Order: sequence, then structure tokens, then C-alpha cells
Amino acid sequence: MRHGVARFVTGFLALPVALYLFYVVWPFVQAAGYSLTDWGGYSNSQRFVGLDNYVRLLSDELIRKAFWHNVFFLVTVPLFTIALALFLAFLLNVGGREDRAGIRGVFGSALYKVIFFFPQVLSLVVIAVMWQQIYRTDSQGLINGLLIKIGLVDADNPIAFTADPEPFLGIPAVLWWLLLIAVWSGAGFYMVLFSAAMQSIPKDIYEAAILDGAGRFDTFFRVTLPLLRDTISVAWVYLGFIALDMYALVFVMTPSQGGPNHASEIFASVIQFNAFQKGQFGYACAIAVALAIFTILLAAVQLRITRRERIEF
Amino acid sequence: MVIYPLLWVVMSALKTDSEVIREPLSLLPESLQWDNFARAWSAGIDSFFLNTLLVLVFSVTLTMLLGSMAAYALARYEFRGNRLIYWMFLSGLTLPIYLAAVPLFKGVYNMNVVFPLLGPNKHLTLILVYVAWSLSFTVFFMHSFFRTLPDSIAEAAMVDGASHTRTFFSVMLPMAKPGLISIGIFNVLGQWNQWYLPTLLMQSVSGEPKHQVIAQGLIELSVNQGYKSDWSGLFAGVTMAMLPVLIVYIVFQRQVQSGLTAGVSK
Repeated sequence: MRHGVARFVTGFLALPVALYLFYVVWPFVQAAGYSLTDWGGYSNSQRFVGLDNYVRLLSDELIRKAFWHNVFFLVTVPLFTIALALFLAFLLNVGGREDRAGIRGVFGSALYKVIFFFPQVLSLVVIAVMWQQIYRTDSQGLINGLLIKIGLVDADNPIAFTADPEPFLGIPAVLWWLLLIAVWSGAGFYMVLFSAAMQSIPKDIYEAAILDGAGRFDTFFRVTLPLLRDTISVAWVYLGFIALDMYALVFVMTPSQGGPNHASEIFASVIQFNAFQKGQFGYACAIAVALAIFTILLAAVQLRITRRERIEF
Repeated sequence: MVIYPLLWVVMSALKTDSEVIREPLSLLPESLQWDNFARAWSAGIDSFFLNTLLVLVFSVTLTMLLGSMAAYALARYEFRGNRLIYWMFLSGLTLPIYLAAVPLFKGVYNMNVVFPLLGPNKHLTLILVYVAWSLSFTVFFMHSFFRTLPDSIAEAAMVDGASHTRTFFSVMLPMAKPGLISIGIFNVLGQWNQWYLPTLLMQSVSGEPKHQVIAQGLIELSVNQGYKSDWSGLFAGVTMAMLPVLIVYIVFQRQVQSGLTAGVSK
């Protein structure tokens, strides 16, 4: 019997584990190894250079830029997505009329939930190609066309969107335009998530609040928000990962994949640039390891901050 | 606000090129130009589309099979190394793919020498890489699903004389069907939308038959053709790339939402 179990377990695990080791784990291990060499990628000469790549990384102007851009997305993507999703979820679930049956969402909320979810199932590439058309810098773009028509934008001087290196509030404008896409594509999913959480809040809590004379504003900030804290913190962690992974948008939408003039460079695009355009595999691997360490630290910090006592209801 | 851009793309796909340029903002086309789709289809979307479909059929089937086997073995049998293997699969969820990109590319490139079928630009490579990278979430998801199934059923089957393997395939796997459907759709959506891995492993080689997938095809149509391209054709291409996932999503809406939220709220 014991023998049978061992053979069964080995048989079931052999193939998946082998595949996973070969295509996922081994590349990770190798990357860590290559990061200590000066490997160019196209030759076979690899010299062990110790931590040289990491030292160089600290003074690399491009990396410093990419780092701050990543931080920008890390702060803004979760913040705006969660705020918008919460607002929509609140509208759909408790924003409607109050009647004798209690509190309900606005009319047609089930349909809205399906539609708002759409962008979540589309790939970032489809979304990016689509938004490329929306952001076109002539009168045929959706936004420019609209603004020109109502006279807000001069037809000879349309908004440049992702080709715009000018800063807005100290941040290159291109980053704000990318942020808008990320928030647009993510808000629907988190709205559905928050909706589910809101629906699990017992109705009597709301009824009690209303009896006590709480308005809609009070109900949201005093009742809904505190009870959703768990879900929100999970969403925050997930959006953190998404914020680090804006590469598809940068790749499709920005001039020379990180432009204009490196204004939208992020870690991933710097890795790609160094590895495949400058042919510095060793250095690219060091950047990637730095990104991985950054990600893991971030996850640890986020889990630490968000792990608090649960509210039972 | 959410739906308008989507609708705008679909509607523009049905306009003539001059109409797109003249009246970009109007939603309703003057007359429906279905041949935009035919043109985009024969301009290359056909092979991108069929490549994606071919890769997807094999990769999703294999992901589901291998993922549930591993998850089942890990969830129901105690053995040395169980936790280690489980954590190994799980770690793939957090590490950024860009870290593995360079070695993965070189590894696949070198494989070409020994096994040409596993080299770059081969669908088999893409299938195996998709499977490997999808295993993390699939094992994680199915592991928690198998844990919810009562032990007594597996034991009863064993008492009746079924082998471990038979118990899995004819008793436990059918019972896991709701979970399998959720994670299956999730994998279909995820792998249809894959872009980074194919970009890495499927370089466009001139003179060779196109082997790239739909996401790359769109980029080719939009980025590489620059500003002189066929607008309504591009819109038609985007529409064709999103239709399959939207249909899958609308049909299996409940499973997608429960599957995704189950993954998030763990």
C-alpha cells in the first residue's frame, strides 16, 4: 500500500514539477547567477564581476527615473482604482432609492456589473491598441475629436497624450495618461469585488444607521468603509502588483517603448532596453533581481500594514 | 464611460475608412462595412487567430490536466517535500516574469540545437511555456478545491478496489467539475490574452510562415504599420481579438467572477 502511494504521487507530480522547474524556476535561478556576470548575451564570454552590476545600477540615471515612475504607479493606480471602484460599488448597491424593502442599488445594477467587468477580461494589448486610437493626436482621436468639436482644444494644437513629455503636477504627462487607462481597465473588477463584500454586510446595520438619522454620506464613511477594510487591503496588494506591471501599456502606447525622451520608462522597459537593445544581459538580470527584491519587500510591507484584527459580523 | 470606448471600436470597425477619418465621433456607421472584417482577416488576422486557437486548445487542456494532478497529489497525500513543492508552485505568483525573461529566452534559443521543436518560434514551445507559467495559479486554485472535497469519498472508492489513479480520474476529478470550469475559463482568458511570453519567444522572422499569436498580430497592425495604416481594418482586428473573450465571459460570467474573486480573497 505505502509503495503504491509513493509511486502514485511521483507519477502525478513528475511531469508538472519537471515542466515548472525547467521553464519557471530554472530561469529565475539563472537570472540571479547572470546578474553577477558581465555577460553580453550574444557572446559566450561571461566574466564573474561580483556585485559590480548592482553598484552600477545605483548610479544609473535611467533606473532612478524608472524607479520613481514605478513608485508613482504604485501609489496612484491602487488609490484611484479603489476610490472609483468603491464609489461605483456604493452606487450600485446602496445608492438607489430607500424604500420599505430597505436599501437597494440603482436601476439595472446587475447589467452594469457585467458591463463594467468587460475590460478585465480583455488583454492589456487589446486595451492599449484601443486606447491608442482614443488618444490619437489628430482630430480623428476620440478625445481630441470631441474636444475640438466643442471648441476646448485648438485643431492645430491637439493634446499630445502619450507623446507629451511636459510635466503635469511634477509628473510627466504621459504617465497620467497611462494611469487613466489602468484605472479604466481595473475599476470594474474591483467594483464587482467590493459589491460582493458590500452585499455580505447585514442589512440591519444600514437600517440601524438610517434610523439613527445617518445620511448617505455618513453611512458610507461610518459603516460601509470600515466593514470593507479587509477586502480593500487585499485589493491594494493586488493592485500593487498590477502597478508594477504596466509594461504592455508602455510598450504599445509610448514612443520608442519608454519615451518620449525616457519620460515613461519603468523597470520592465529598462530591463528590456538593456537586454535586447543594448545587449547587456548581465546588467539586465541585475535590474530584474532588484525589481524582484523590491516586489517581495513591498508585498511583505503591505501584508504587514494590512494585517490587523478582523471585524466580525 | 466604460462601455463607450469599446462600442466606439466595434462601430468604427463597421465604417468605411473615409468615414472613420471624416466622422470619427459618430457611433453609427452610414452603412455596415462587413468586408472590413474580411480584409483584416485575410491581411494576417486569420493566421494569428488560428495560431492562438491551436496553442490554446493544447495549452489549456494540458494546464488543467497537469495542474489538477499536481494539486490532487499535494492536497490529499502527506509525503516528504509536500510543503516545499507547494510553495515552489506558489512562489511563481509573486515573482516578476521579467526576471526570468532573459534566461528563458536564452534557454529556449539553445534548445533549438538539440530539439528543434522546442526552440523559438515553435508552437510546442509556446504551449509548454504557457502550461508551466499557468501552473502556479492552477495548482493553487485546485489545491484549495480538492481540500474541500470530503475524504470519505476517495476512501470509499479505494475500499471498492479502485487504484489511486482510477480514484482520481473516475471519482475525484468529476467531482471537482465546478472548480475545473472556473479555472479552465480563467486559463482560457489568461492565455488568449498572453502577450509578453509570445513576444519573447515568437520573433517575427521574415520569409517564414506567420506563427505569431493574436496579441502580436494587433501590435503588428497598429504599432509597426505606423500612421498610414488601414484604420477600419485595425478596428476590425481589435474587435476580432476581443470578441472571443467577451463571448466566453458573457456565457460563463458567473464562473469567471467567482473564480477571480476566489483567487483574490484568499
